[in-house]
Amino acid sequence: MSLGSVPLKYKISIDRDQCMKCMRCVDNCSYGVYRIEDDKILIDSRKCTACHRCISMCPRDAINLQEKPVDYRSHPLWTAEAREDVINQARTGKIILAGMGNARDYPIIFDRLVLDACQVTNPSIDPLREPMELRTYIGKKPAKLEFTKNNGDVELKTKLAPNLKLDTPIMIGHMSYGAISLNAQLSLAKAVAKTGTFMGTGEGGMHESIYPYQNHTIVQIASGRFGVDINYLERGAAIEIKVGQGAKPGIGGHLPGEKVCSDVSCTRMIPLGSDAISPAPHHDIYSIEDLAQLVRSLKEATNWEKPVFVKIAAVHNVAAIAAGIARSDADAVVVDGFKGGTGAAPKVFRDNVGIPIEAAIAAVDEKLNEQGIRNKVSLIASGGIRNSADITKSIALGADAVYIGTASLIALGCRVCGNCYRGLCPWGIATQKQELVDRIDPEIGSENVANLINAWTLEISELMGAAGLNSIESLRGNRERLRGYMLDQGLLDVLKIESVGA
Amino acid sequence: MCGIIGVIDRTMSRMDGSSIKEALSLMDERGSGEGAGYVAYGIYPDYADCYAIHVFFDNLLEPKTEVDCILQKWGRIVHQEEIPTYEQPGLKKEHIPWRYFFKPYTDLMVGTTNPDDDNVKHLVMTVNSTVEGALIFSSGINLGVFKASGWPEDVANFYRIEDYKGYIWLAHNRYPTNTSGWWGGAHPFNLLDWSVVHNGEITSYGTNRRYVESNGYDCTMSTDTEVVAYLFDLLGRRHGLPSETVVTALAPPFWDVIDEMPEKKEEFLRTLRLTYGPALMNGPFAIVVATKDGIVGFTDRIKLRPLVVGENGSRLYISSEEAAIRTMDPEVETIYMPRAGEPVIGRVTE
Repeated sequence: MSLGSVPLKYKISIDRDQCMKCMRCVDNCSYGVYRIEDDKILIDSRKCTACHRCISMCPRDAINLQEKPVDYRSHPLWTAEAREDVINQARTGKIILAGMGNARDYPIIFDRLVLDACQVTNPSIDPLREPMELRTYIGKKPAKLEFTKNNGDVELKTKLAPNLKLDTPIMIGHMSYGAISLNAQLSLAKAVAKTGTFMGTGEGGMHESIYPYQNHTIVQIASGRFGVDINYLERGAAIEIKVGQGAKPGIGGHLPGEKVCSDVSCTRMIPLGSDAISPAPHHDIYSIEDLAQLVRSLKEATNWEKPVFVKIAAVHNVAAIAAGIARSDADAVVVDGFKGGTGAAPKVFRDNVGIPIEAAIAAVDEKLNEQGIRNKVSLIASGGIRNSADITKSIALGADAVYIGTASLIALGCRVCGNCYRGLCPWGIATQKQELVDRIDPEIGSENVANLINAWTLEISELMGAAGLNSIESLRGNRERLRGYMLDQGLLDVLKIESVGA
Repeated sequence: MCGIIGVIDRTMSRMDGSSIKEALSLMDERGSGEGAGYVAYGIYPDYADCYAIHVFFDNLLEPKTEVDCILQKWGRIVHQEEIPTYEQPGLKKEHIPWRYFFKPYTDLMVGTTNPDDDNVKHLVMTVNSTVEGALIFSSGINLGVFKASGWPEDVANFYRIEDYKGYIWLAHNRYPTNTSGWWGGAHPFNLLDWSVVHNGEITSYGTNRRYVESNGYDCTMSTDTEVVAYLFDLLGRRHGLPSETVVTALAPPFWDVIDEMPEKKEEFLRTLRLTYGPALMNGPFAIVVATKDGIVGFTDRIKLRPLVVGENGSRLYISSEEAAIRTMDPEVETIYMPRAGEPVIGRVTE
């Protein structure tokens, strides 16, 4: 028996009086919503993903897109989504894939945290007239300094381990070549070079056009080991071992064969058109000791000149895991939250596994601090960071810096339509189709991303100045500058902050 | 607000407390009658090798029994007595100030280079965080803090501080803005040899507090100044940084300045800043810290609070106001204002 089709999600219409039939919508829609028949533009709304490419490109603002109202019997438990997932899985027997971050309506903790500002008894600082220091060093710091004394002269005995110097605490997280296009990656690379920060290569290896920006890249090693050789390790300013990802904790990755074009196959060091499957575990890491060995092997291979990060997904016992990692010789722990983005993940993982970054980062920071090893590692927060306030709050909860992902893609055009896994991204981001990739000009793209980083950096400076802080060290872990608004006591305790009014 | 003043006689010649009382009272504009205090070094020559432990007791029954018990576990009480006080019409006696002269058992602390200090630090933290109705507010050798909620002259008369003679004095007139004016919240704050008076508000308090707490200090006095004493103890005593380096760690030069320095100095300051980032203090402050060998005064990195230095022969004065220094020493020769973050140091020459 046929289950029939589920209703369309979006309804597209064209204002025919405005339309001049320039056909840009037809050309721009990679999902095939528009076609020409008898000099008339016909619309197949069922194919629409709400990527907004057509709307952005229409010179006459003639296109209208509406989310289609639910036409099921309304029901609080059996939502349209629940019913449609059942219908789709009954038909296919498959796992449902999803792109971008968690799409459930969980409360956003960031939005229930409020920042502080100075009034009267301490002056706020004006960043336009006073120095404001956002420079951040990522890497190991000693717990104390050692000196040698020669005839009254004090000489420093402590030598710092290699650290990454960031002009702003904003980095771009790991999005691999393969998951995103080369032009998208190139835009990000140019942007981080312009703004004095870093980006992650993802687990896709490093394409040679990124080489000029290699001093601003962090190379990633995931369980598939794609693209990894000694040259790759030596090119990175730092190395990151990816254990988990916020969007899909506990599982590996999968790049479908269709996306593995010749360039991607070279960069990843895999056969053309083959599926690139990263296993769920690293098959040489089954314990913290194994991880420690890998960290040290990577350091040994690169002459102890590069910081090594370990990225984990935010899970229930994230604090204890991070404390183990801190003792493994790793230089930084990256904690990727529940709302982190992804090119493709099983929807059930994306929407149900893990914990929010706000709680994770606070818990990790607290545990490391309790154990007196907070300075031993840097802490990088990622997963669902949407604006400069989220960044400022993350740092006040204990992060040294953040990775942004989706936000940097939005700066390249992404409209968060969530269809990245289909390889048809009309904005040229999550695709390897050359005609779509060409839609991004890396020069312009990098301008936009750099603008975003610069704008957020200015806003962080203003927020710090308002709180009477002129150096980011004083914001880090400064829970006094945060209050919780409408949060329950349990969460306030985990975040280690007080309620508004307290 | 808040008025601070400190003086050191570098030859260790001792001064009584009368002139600093006058100087502090001159700055009554800077206070609100809710807290004032004094600390003097060298005041207990008869017990010069004992830790002088000053305690506020709510009563002399349960809390004192508990404190006696803790002290006797960690060392020997050589002598104890109520600190003499003299009723003042403008000052309500809320606690009973008590002093112990105490010698810690050295062998109780192992794995440390200064077991006696660590022993006393531990018992200060223990008493302050566990014994209800008792607060140790002074714990150094041959020095003592005298503080209460009240105007400077009332507090001075309450303890009759002119009866004490010291070679270093610090004093503080409090205008509380964040926390209530209670006796424990009055300055100076002290731990072991370190005493701190502070005018300002530390906006990095959350970060600093978390840092000292991860190093075994308990912040119990609900005031930002408390962390300054602990930061000095941690960096100065336990990590062995010289006083000027401690000040540089707490109020370091801006990166732009560090970047321009000669290589060796640049490396030193970068390493210092990376290592002690959580100790960096932000917000408006002017601070004078004393230890048995000297005093150091400094302000925040953009100097949002005033600080004036005066010198006359072997005496060095540091204060919020020039007038206060001149009240204390009308003959003062040199007066100047240090730059932001720059430490002013007065050391005993002995």
